Amino acid sequence: MTNEPFGPRPRRMLDPGRIILYSVLIVAAIYYLLPLYIMVMTSMKGMPEIRLGNIFSPPVEVTFEPWVKAWDTACTGLYCEGLKVGFWNSMQILIPSVIISIVIASVNGYALSFWRFRGSEVFFTILIFGSFIPYQVMLYPLVIITRELGIFGSLTGIIFIHTIFGMPILTLLFRNYFASLPMELFKAARVDGAGFWGIFLKILVPMSPPIFVVAIILQVTGIWNDFLFGVIFAGTKNFPMTVQLNNIVNSTQGVKEYNVNMAATILTGAVPLLIYFISGKLFVRGIAAGAVKG
Amino acid sequence: MADDAKPNPYFKNLNAKVAAMPMIFTTLVVFVGCSLWTVIYSFSASRSLPVNEFVGFAQYDRLFNTSRWNKSVENIAIYGVVSLCFSLVVGFVLAALMDQKIRFENTFRTIYLYPFALSFIVTGLVWQWILNPTLGLQKAVRDMGWESFSFDLISHRDTVIYALLIAGIWQGTGFVMALMLAGLRGVDDDIWKAARVDGIPKWKTYLFVVIPMMRGVFVTTLVIIASGIVRLYDLVVALTKGGPGIASEVPAKYVYDFMFERGNVGQALAASTVMLTTVLIILIPWVYLEYGQKKRV
Amino acid sequence: MKSIEIKDLALSFGDVKVLEHLDLDIQDGEFLVLLGASGCGKSTLLNCIAGLLDITDGQIFIKGKNVTWKEPKDRGIGMVFQSYALYPQMSVEGNLTFGLKNAGVPKAEIAERVARASEILQIEPLLKRKPSALSGGQRQRVAIGRALVRDVDVFLFDEPLSNLDAKLRAELRVEIKRLHHKLNNTMIYVTHDQIEALTLADRIAIMRGGKVLQLDSPHTIYNHPATKYVAGFIGSPGMNFLEGTLTVGDKPVFDCNGQQIDTSRYQFDKSTNGANRPIHFGIRPEHVVAGRDAAEQPFNTEIEVEVVEPMGSDTLVWSQMAGHEFRFRMDGQSTVSPGEKMPIGFDPVTASLFDAETEIRL
Repeated sequence: MTNEPFGPRPRRMLDPGRIILYSVLIVAAIYYLLPLYIMVMTSMKGMPEIRLGNIFSPPVEVTFEPWVKAWDTACTGLYCEGLKVGFWNSMQILIPSVIISIVIASVNGYALSFWRFRGSEVFFTILIFGSFIPYQVMLYPLVIITRELGIFGSLTGIIFIHTIFGMPILTLLFRNYFASLPMELFKAARVDGAGFWGIFLKILVPMSPPIFVVAIILQVTGIWNDFLFGVIFAGTKNFPMTVQLNNIVNSTQGVKEYNVNMAATILTGAVPLLIYFISGKLFVRGIAAGAVKG
Repeated sequence: MADDAKPNPYFKNLNAKVAAMPMIFTTLVVFVGCSLWTVIYSFSASRSLPVNEFVGFAQYDRLFNTSRWNKSVENIAIYGVVSLCFSLVVGFVLAALMDQKIRFENTFRTIYLYPFALSFIVTGLVWQWILNPTLGLQKAVRDMGWESFSFDLISHRDTVIYALLIAGIWQGTGFVMALMLAGLRGVDDDIWKAARVDGIPKWKTYLFVVIPMMRGVFVTTLVIIASGIVRLYDLVVALTKGGPGIASEVPAKYVYDFMFERGNVGQALAASTVMLTTVLIILIPWVYLEYGQKKRV
Repeated sequence: MKSIEIKDLALSFGDVKVLEHLDLDIQDGEFLVLLGASGCGKSTLLNCIAGLLDITDGQIFIKGKNVTWKEPKDRGIGMVFQSYALYPQMSVEGNLTFGLKNAGVPKAEIAERVARASEILQIEPLLKRKPSALSGGQRQRVAIGRALVRDVDVFLFDEPLSNLDAKLRAELRVEIKRLHHKLNNTMIYVTHDQIEALTLADRIAIMRGGKVLQLDSPHTIYNHPATKYVAGFIGSPGMNFLEGTLTVGDKPVFDCNGQQIDTSRYQFDKSTNGANRPIHFGIRPEHVVAGRDAAEQPFNTEIEVEVVEPMGSDTLVWSQMAGHEFRFRMDGQSTVSPGEKMPIGFDPVTASLFDAETEIRL
C-alpha cells in the first residue's frame, strides 16, 4: 500500500522541460535587457574609460557628468542648451495634445456607440482604415492646410496634427468600451430625461476612469515618442525631445561623446519607460486595444 | 412647432452630429481628401511647390529608374519579410512559453515589452552605440580574446539592413508576444483538457488546434506589423541615416527627403502613392476577410 | 465490481481546501450524478478523476488499477465538456479521429469505431462538417462521440447540457439515458440541475463545500434527505420549513407557534430522547393535500390563500402557517382565489425533521 501511487504526482525537482523553458526565457530576457544595461553603464563612464574599456564593463569611476551635460549644455547644431529645451517643448506639446485628443475621441466614441446616426459607421470605418495609411501620404497636404490656417511650425500646429492622428485608435478604444456598457443604462437615463451631454458627463465619464487611463498611457507614449510630426510641424523652436536627441547624437560636428549621448538617450526614454513601469497591465491593455476589433 | 410635425431628419440626433464633427473632418478632409490630393498631384510636374501641370506617369517613370528608390524598396522588402517572419515566430514561441504557468510571468512580460514603450529614435541610437565597430560589441568581444571576431554590420553596404533588423526586432517582438499571449489566453480551457484526455502532446495541440484557432489574432497582428513596417522611418534616421551611401534607405525616408529637403514634391508624392498602393494591397484582403467574418456571425 | 474507487481524496490550492477527505465507490455500469450549487467542488472532483487536476492527497482507482499518477489518456476515460471543446478547425470526423490517430490506432479500426459511434449518435450526415456549421445539440453529440470512439469504460460528463436551451436539454437528456442503457458503462455526470440528476442517476452525490453530503438513490434523496440543505436543494418548489420545538411525551409532538403537529407516524432515524429540542419541520408542497380530501389526512388545519400561481399541469398556492411561509401544490384544474380560506392536511410520515442546530435528519 505504501508503494502504491498516493497523493500528488511526484515531480522531479529539476524537470528537464522546465529547465529548457526557463533557460529560453532567461536568455531572451538578457537579450532584451542588455541594451538598457549598456546605456546605463556607458552614461556613467568618462570618455577615456569608454575608449579603453568595453561596453559591458561597469564604470570604474562613476560619474554623473554626462547626465548633467546632456540635460544642460549638449549641443544640437547651433545651440548648446542641452536636452532640457526639448524636454519642455515635449511637455508643451504633450499636455494639450493628450487632453484635446482624448476629449474629442471620447465624445466621438460615445456618439458612435449610443447615438448612431446615418453614416456614422461609414465614417468610423474610414477612420479605422485611415489609420493604416502611411503618414507620408498625407504629409504634404497637411503642410498646406496648416500653413493656410497659419499654424504651421507652431505648437498649435503640432497639437492639431497629434489630435488628428490619435483619433482613430482612441475613438476605437472609447467606442468599444462604451459599447460594452449595458444599453439599459443609457435607456434608463434617457427615460429620466438626460440629454446627449448629460448622459455623457454625469453617467458615462464617472464610470470610465480605467479607459481614460488607458487612453492617457497610449497618447503619452505615442506623442512623446513621435519624431516625424515633430520635425515637420512643430517648427525649429518647438522641436520635441526626440528630434533634439537625434540632433545631439547624430550631429556631425565635434568629437562624439558617447557617454553624453547615452545619458541623453536614457533621459528621452525615461518618460515613456516610467509610464510603462507604473502602468503595467494597463499598458498592455492599451496597446492590445488597437488589435482587438470592435 | 406643431407637436405632431415630422422632425427634420437633418436635425435629428443633432448633438451627436455636432460631436462627431472632428471625426467627420478627419475622415473626409485628412484621410480621404489628403490622400486623394497626393495621388492626383503625383501625376504633376511639381518641383519645390505643387503645380497644376500634369505629366502622366513621368514621376513614376523617374521614380522606378532611381537607384535610391529601388534600393529603398528592396530594403523594405527584406526588412519586412524577415521581421514579419521572425517576430511572428519568436513572438508566438515566447507567448507559448509564457503560457506554461511559469513563475515571475509579470517580470518576464515587463522585460520583453519595455522596448516597445521607447521611441524608435531611442532604439536606433542605443543600437548604433552597441553596433559601433570601434567601441561597441565587436571591441568588447575582441578584448575578451577573440581577436578575429567581426560584428560590423553598420559600416558595410551588404549588412547594414541587418543592423536595422536587429534593432527593429528588439523593439517589436515583445508587442507581438503580448498580442499572442492575449490570444492564447482566449483559448477555452476545455479545449486543452479535451486534448489532454485525447492524449495529444502539447506541441501537437499548439500546431493543429490552437494555432488554427488563433488565425484571427495572427492576421490582425500581421496587418498591424506590416503597416508599421511600411512606415519605417525614425529608426533608419537614428541608426544609419540611410547610409553607408544609400545602402539602408527606405521609402518613407525617400518621401521625406524629396519633400522637405530636396524640394522635389512631385517625386515625393509619387513615392508616397506607391506606399499607399502597397498598404492597400495588404489591407484590402484583410478588410474582405473581416467583412466576410462579420457577415457569418 | 467496483469501477471507480476514490480513497481519502483531498485537493487544495495553497491554503484553500477545495476537496477534503473524500471517499467514493462507484459500481460498474453505474450512472452517478454529482450534484451541487456552483463552487461546491463537483467539477473539481470530476477533473481529479480525469487526471486533469493534480490531487493533494489520496488515491484514485479505475477498474481496480491505481491511476493516481496516470495521465488522463491512460486512465481509460472519455470526457464531455460544457463548452463542447470541439477542435474548431477540424471536421467532425477530424474531431473524432484526432486522438485515435495520435495514439496510433490502425486505420481500419478507427474507421470502424467512427462508424459505430456516429451510428449510435446519428451524426453520420455531419461527419464532413466543421463544428461552426453545427447546432448546439449537434455539437454536443459530436463531443459525446469523441468520448465514445475512445472505447473506454468510464464516461465523464462536465455539465454537458448547460449550454443548451431547455427543449434541447430535455431531448439530449433522454438520449444520454438511452446511451447509458445501450453501452452500460460507468458514467459520472456533473450538473447543477436537479431534474437532470433525478432523471438520469442511479445514485446522486450531493456536494457542498468540497464534501459529499449524501450519496443515495434519487428516490431516497428525495424522500429521506439526510440534511436540511439537501432537503431544500432537491425539489422545486422547495420544501416548506417550520421552525419549532419537538416535545416527546407519551407521543412526539411538534409545536410551532402554537400549531401542534402529532409526529408519532414519523419514522425517526435516531432516538429522540431529550425533550423540547428545537427542530425544523419540513414538508414538501406536493405532499400537502388541500380541499375536501384534507380531512382524511392525519394532520389537518385551515389556511388563508395569499397568492395563486397557475402552472398549467398544477397550481402552486402560497399561504402562511404558524407564521411561516407555506406553499402547496393543487391540481391544475382547481380554482382558488386569494383571500379564500382552505382546509389543508398532510401525513407526517412524508415529512422530514431536522435538528435545528446540526441540520441533520432526525
